[in-house]
Amino acid sequence: MIEFIKQPWPWYVAGPLIGLTVPLLLLLGNKSLGISSSLRHVCAMCVPAGIKFFDYNWRKEVWNLFFVAGIIGGAFIATQFLANDEPIILGELTKSRLSTYGLTDLGGLIPSELFGIDQILSFKGFVFFVLGGFMVGFGTRYAGGCTSGHTIMGLSNLQWPSLVATICFMIGGFAMTHLILPHLFKLF
Amino acid sequence: MNKEIIEKLPEACEAPNSQKEKEGFMGNLKYLLIGAVFGLVFIKGEIVSWYRIQEMFLLDSFHMYGVIGSAVITGVISVFLIKRFNIKTIHGEEVVIKPKVFNKGQVYGGLIFGLGWALTGACPGPLYAQLGAGYFGIVITILSAIAGVWVFGKYRDKLI
Repeated sequence: MIEFIKQPWPWYVAGPLIGLTVPLLLLLGNKSLGISSSLRHVCAMCVPAGIKFFDYNWRKEVWNLFFVAGIIGGAFIATQFLANDEPIILGELTKSRLSTYGLTDLGGLIPSELFGIDQILSFKGFVFFVLGGFMVGFGTRYAGGCTSGHTIMGLSNLQWPSLVATICFMIGGFAMTHLILPHLFKLF
Repeated sequence: MNKEIIEKLPEACEAPNSQKEKEGFMGNLKYLLIGAVFGLVFIKGEIVSWYRIQEMFLLDSFHMYGVIGSAVITGVISVFLIKRFNIKTIHGEEVVIKPKVFNKGQVYGGLIFGLGWALTGACPGPLYAQLGAGYFGIVITILSAIAGVWVFGKYRDKLI
């Protein structure tokens, strides 16, 4: 059983389990799934600075911080006790593309050549940690949600603004992958 | 400070808690548990992998499309059933799902997030999962994302 769980889970197992979070949160606590909101709650809690956008009752939304703390814990358990040590099986095109980027070690979940601790103070680190993180935070709040709040929760409730947001997420991602990243990697 | 009593919401939370009944620390623990399952699935489904995100945008694998697509279909069916049979919460409350209101932020913000998604290989949920998986550098990404939210909040009236 444990050996079975340790294998990477196929999409038709992982996807429906993620989708089930929607009714689970609704029926257990009348709560709408959304993860990027946790970043806003942290702002409201720690650095509201008198800004109107952070002046709300974040205590009512504290469940969201429990939820993301759970994500950290669940990921820890999965990595420590349920991991398989094989590298992720990637498509050929992806592998050859990543090698043109000069990435030699495709082990783990994310490449250490980009996201290792020793990269933090480099220009590469600035782009992938700082700039990337800033865009994720700024963009999701500007859009009013992320892949969970819009793509999963919003689409589950057939909200067309969430469809617009999802399409824009994808356009942005395709633009970065095809138009920007190949040039960006020449700088390193 | 008139803290907790303040219910004025200049801007409602976009992933709101619509429950009338209050929950204490113990009540909130169940969200920790659901989050933990969520995080576990994130890792075992390899959804939080930078490589998988590159692969998705290179159209080199069906995996991520399958995950997101089947998650959405599961959600659509669940919400439909909840509404169709008027299923109540465990506290007997009517299920409330706030509609998403359109503004241009979904376009501009969506594009900016999309660019950042392909760069970091993660949306906010997977960032937490990567941290939990032991990639401690991701603390910087999360702090930077919080800074991004803060800057948006500061200039929101000019942006929306």
